[in-house]
Amino acid sequence: MPVDVEARVIRNTRLSPDYNVIALAAPEIAAVTRPGQFVMVRPARGLDPLLRRPFSVFEILRDEDRPIGITILSKRIGPTTRLLFEAAEGDTISCLGPLGQPFALPEPDAEAWMIAGGVGLAPFATLAESLAARGIRSTLFYGARRADELFYLSWFEQRGVRLVLSTEDGSAGAHGRITVPLAAAFQAADGARVACYACGPEPMLAAVSQLAAGFGRDVQVSVERVMGCGMGGCYSCVVPMKTPDGGHHYVRSCISGPVFAGSSLVWD
Amino acid sequence: MGLTTPVDLSVRIGSLQLANPFIAASGCFGYGVEYAEALDLSRLGGIAVKGLFLSERQGHPPERIVETPAGMLNAIGLQGIGVHRFIAEKMPELRRLGATTIVNICGSTLDEYVELARILSDVEGVAALELNISCPNIKEGGIQFGCSLHGTHDVVSAVRKVTRLPVIPKLTPNVTDVASFARAAAEAGADAVSLVNTFLAMAIDVETRRPRLSNVVGGLSGPAIRPIAVRMVYECRQAVTIPIIGMGGIASAEDALEFFIAGATAVQVGTANFVDPFIWQKLVDGLEQYLERHAIPGVAALVGSLDTTPEHA
Repeated sequence: MPVDVEARVIRNTRLSPDYNVIALAAPEIAAVTRPGQFVMVRPARGLDPLLRRPFSVFEILRDEDRPIGITILSKRIGPTTRLLFEAAEGDTISCLGPLGQPFALPEPDAEAWMIAGGVGLAPFATLAESLAARGIRSTLFYGARRADELFYLSWFEQRGVRLVLSTEDGSAGAHGRITVPLAAAFQAADGARVACYACGPEPMLAAVSQLAAGFGRDVQVSVERVMGCGMGGCYSCVVPMKTPDGGHHYVRSCISGPVFAGSSLVWD
Repeated sequence: MGLTTPVDLSVRIGSLQLANPFIAASGCFGYGVEYAEALDLSRLGGIAVKGLFLSERQGHPPERIVETPAGMLNAIGLQGIGVHRFIAEKMPELRRLGATTIVNICGSTLDEYVELARILSDVEGVAALELNISCPNIKEGGIQFGCSLHGTHDVVSAVRKVTRLPVIPKLTPNVTDVASFARAAAEAGADAVSLVNTFLAMAIDVETRRPRLSNVVGGLSGPAIRPIAVRMVYECRQAVTIPIIGMGGIASAEDALEFFIAGATAVQVGTANFVDPFIWQKLVDGLEQYLERHAIPGVAALVGSLDTTPEHA
């Protein structure tokens, strides 16, 4: 059951001129969030911006073993993300969650691949911890524009996650999109049991889903759509889901997602 | 000092008694059941469920909403599961949870409204029918009735003939004189009118020179429209004696009070529920405190109590 918390900003760490990680005191949310779930956030006090915005829960913060809060990975692109970038320690931010369907975790004998593009890294810190707790070997395929926009690399390494990187300008890892090393990995994986997870820009999710399908595999994608309420009330955040007759119908990504089987969606 | 007896928040809309005057607005609360985990639905005055046609509808492609200053545009296109699936899949849970369910119906033709009213009149737990004759986002449904006085009269009187449920046409503000539409609805036998639906509006991405909504135009809601909605409720109050359900940008008890004082017996809340799904208890508490502070015994005494006499020096 989602709760609405007036969450105090514990700290706000700028990772680059655009990216920040904001830590929020929200123990009620931290205690029950599962990997892939999201929160609806509103840092504004007045009427502008009016609506909340969805963010994946990035990390669960703990004091000893006790959950005390969550972090959000944000990229400054609009009014809400600007407020999140500028928020100061001690500010309060309205935070509603956890919401949405989580990732399905694999059987212990499988390995897991997390495929992230840019700010699409967001759902994979909590997932990496859940995978590690189950003793599942995991790899993060992580693509960004430049080397200085690849974040939290040591965080993942410390948790035993193998890293495969790419940048569009070639400044770190493979030169180009993450689908290039991913295709090679699918080729090499042969019949191995691999659970695939992807989050990032929609063209990347489409490319990853199609690539996986070409190898007879599926991928759990976490989509991001313009979302009015996060509760199923407004029908704004729909994605086209395939129907048996070859058509599609629109499903709400807030309550049926944000995690979907890549093979179940229509990709333009 | 507050009153010694609790204030009375109940209101009457025709034969329908609501425990409090706060109703979830159609199109803003799904089919109600989406909120069942987070809220006790029986504590809401009522729930106007998402508009239903006879058959399922796909709705418009995304983008379906865009935020604007203190408001938002939507063009969802009345995506919906159709009346039969609603009755089979949603009504049992709404009944079990004790929700006061107002079913919003939409038709492409007059016969479709009549058919929907007939079907729903036999369904246990349906408290009232709200006639959507005001959706700005689809060509073929409703608005052709809502933008013509004859159309409004005809659809209300046709539905009136086939149901004993309270009939509440939902009026569009996209007309020259909304009060004349309230009058047409009252003369045709409506038990109440609800207003306003959204204002037809538009937003453009100047970089791409493309509309921000796939439907090009959409309906504006949220605090930005509230003063216009209050004025329209006030005008309708002077034109008709049937109850008015007011709506348009209500985001607090104080906002709702403006509507009661202007002449609304109950109010609907839509956009603000997106921002705060737990707003309902805050509205009830705020209204209760106001009534106690002003020693007013109940909401009914507040309705239409606007004082327009000149202020004394």
